[in-house]
Amino acid sequence: MLEVQSLECVRDDRLLFSDLSFSVAEAEVLQIEGSNGSGKTSLLRILCGLRQAEAGKILWHGESISSNREDFYANMVYIGHLPCIKGDLTVMENVRSLLDTRSLTLTDAQIEVALTKVGLQTYDDVPGKALSSGQRRRILLAFVELSQAKLWVLDEPLTALDVQGVALMESMIIEHREAGGSVIFTTHHGMKLDCNMSSVQLGKKRTV
Amino acid sequence: MLKAYYHLLLRDLRLALRNRHELANPLIFFVLVVTLFPLAVTPTPDVLQAMAPGVIWVSALLAVLLSLDRLFKQDYDDGSLDQLMLSPNPLMILVLAKVSAHWLLTGLPLVIIAPLLGLFMSLPTEAVSALIYSLLLGTPVLSLVGAIGVSLTVAVNRGGVLLSLIILPLYIPILIFGANAVDVASDGLPVTGQLLFLGAVLALALSLAPLATAVALRITASR
Amino acid sequence: MWNWIQRFSSPKHFYSMSAPLINVFAISALLIGIYGLYLGLFVAPTDYQQGESYRIIFIHVPAAWMSLFIYMVMAISSGIGIIWQIRLADMVAAASAPIGASFAFLALVTGALWGKPMWGAYWVWDARLTSELILLFLYLGYMALQSAIDDQRSADKASGLLAIVGVVNIPIIHYSVEWWNTLHQGATVAKFDKPSMHIDMLIPLMLMALAFKLFYGALVLVRTRNEALYRDRNRRWVRELIEKL
Repeated sequence: MLEVQSLECVRDDRLLFSDLSFSVAEAEVLQIEGSNGSGKTSLLRILCGLRQAEAGKILWHGESISSNREDFYANMVYIGHLPCIKGDLTVMENVRSLLDTRSLTLTDAQIEVALTKVGLQTYDDVPGKALSSGQRRRILLAFVELSQAKLWVLDEPLTALDVQGVALMESMIIEHREAGGSVIFTTHHGMKLDCNMSSVQLGKKRTV
Repeated sequence: MLKAYYHLLLRDLRLALRNRHELANPLIFFVLVVTLFPLAVTPTPDVLQAMAPGVIWVSALLAVLLSLDRLFKQDYDDGSLDQLMLSPNPLMILVLAKVSAHWLLTGLPLVIIAPLLGLFMSLPTEAVSALIYSLLLGTPVLSLVGAIGVSLTVAVNRGGVLLSLIILPLYIPILIFGANAVDVASDGLPVTGQLLFLGAVLALALSLAPLATAVALRITASR
Repeated sequence: MWNWIQRFSSPKHFYSMSAPLINVFAISALLIGIYGLYLGLFVAPTDYQQGESYRIIFIHVPAAWMSLFIYMVMAISSGIGIIWQIRLADMVAAASAPIGASFAFLALVTGALWGKPMWGAYWVWDARLTSELILLFLYLGYMALQSAIDDQRSADKASGLLAIVGVVNIPIIHYSVEWWNTLHQGATVAKFDKPSMHIDMLIPLMLMALAFKLFYGALVLVRTRNEALYRDRNRRWVRELIEKL
């Protein structure tokens, strides 16, 4: 599905990785491993086209993501470190405006099902600023759930989540995989996934 | 695509309306700066009238400049900007939606309050309509060109002064023709030429600035 | 073809190839400059209106031309850098900015010095001087943006885009300033317009323009080489160079 060919990334004069190649098939869960500053976030941002790599290619179904942009973005969802939540919008409006960027129009009932799943069932009218940071992350989980994307790119998805939240994330990933979807993620917390998992190791530094 | 434009425009308007106190700030600034001139120079109507076009236009320009910050800052800080860039819709359209919202929230109020300031500055009534038309054509260009500047500086710490440094030189043609339209109108002469020029620049900015802003946003995201 | 361009435009290749060119440019700039100045200051006839003071044009006019020319170079190489991801082009743009800004500044200072005997004031809001001043602001904005962004590649791309936006704007700015100036004619006594210049004045002017271009060539090579060394200071080819010292 997604194929990465000899990627190189330099940040602030430091070579983070080079000649990195791997691929992600359908129903595959891939963990990007590496210590702090090894370039995990940069790699994920490169994978979803937010950042340009120094060298290398990223192919989506055999075509580069820049020439296959529309199809790629319709089938890929990314969540990063930042919450993407507007304090002045209600939970429901926040989910809606996130879905709007993907041109998805869903009914209130559909969104409420997802909010119930992430444990925010009674919160639809609560403004974002009244939520704790864990609850904000849960909105993002609802967004991922509703995104209809085949590929999930999750950067530290467990940040600020409590024990139930972590379990929820784990079960969502398993479910997504069983439905034929793929996940690429990074984490510093132990994620116990009851499925086959591949991994990519970053952080062997060399000079060019 | 039109739906994406409409949804984002609506979201920005809704966000602004929930923060009404911020909404009024550029407007108050505009009125305040214009008020300073009679106090600093002289309240003599003749002198004020001669200065009025320049003073009002420069103040409008500064008011827009100060408000540009909110165009992308919040979205950049909370990560929404990344989501916009990952949209299957063309980024240009989304940029256009954000700029439209910005103009409706700052440019348009400036146009509406301008006649009052004309009154403050003893501007003859013939010139007031020229002031409205020139602001109506000029302020969207300020928002469009400003968007390029903000998208380049939004990730820079304390980018405010930097923003004015890179944007103000680009605003000069609008200032010249806008202020001159009002000046000429107060002498009772026709201003079609000036307005046509402003219209032409608006058409150019409308077609090129969203593209440049989209490229700039991708550059900003890529660090 | 593409591979060839990539190889040719690598900082390493550029660094090793450009060294001899610097001397060629610098020496020819010096010789042509001296000859041009001699012709301009001693051979060219005295102007019947302005006397000897007009001779500053042999510096002023080429400096003004260069400031515009270098902005074009910056915008074009920035465009190449953004579209084809050629790092050398970004380096040329970044290296050119301070040179262009200096030429713009030189044009303003010589313009002011010329203005004193002509208009009786160091500064008048003449259309060309005003345009030159705005050009200097564009340069300063470019340099400020370049230095404000920490990540080198983003800094290049961001300031490069600004240079391109600036180039689209320069004709509009120029036209509006000209037009603004004709409206307020009262402010200026005489214009810089030189109707049909004497051939003995034209030749030194052209020689000086050529010398300035060569001088820029030498400077931009030196500065681009320094940029290449600085930016690639952690790369192997620079380390090897240092070890050889």
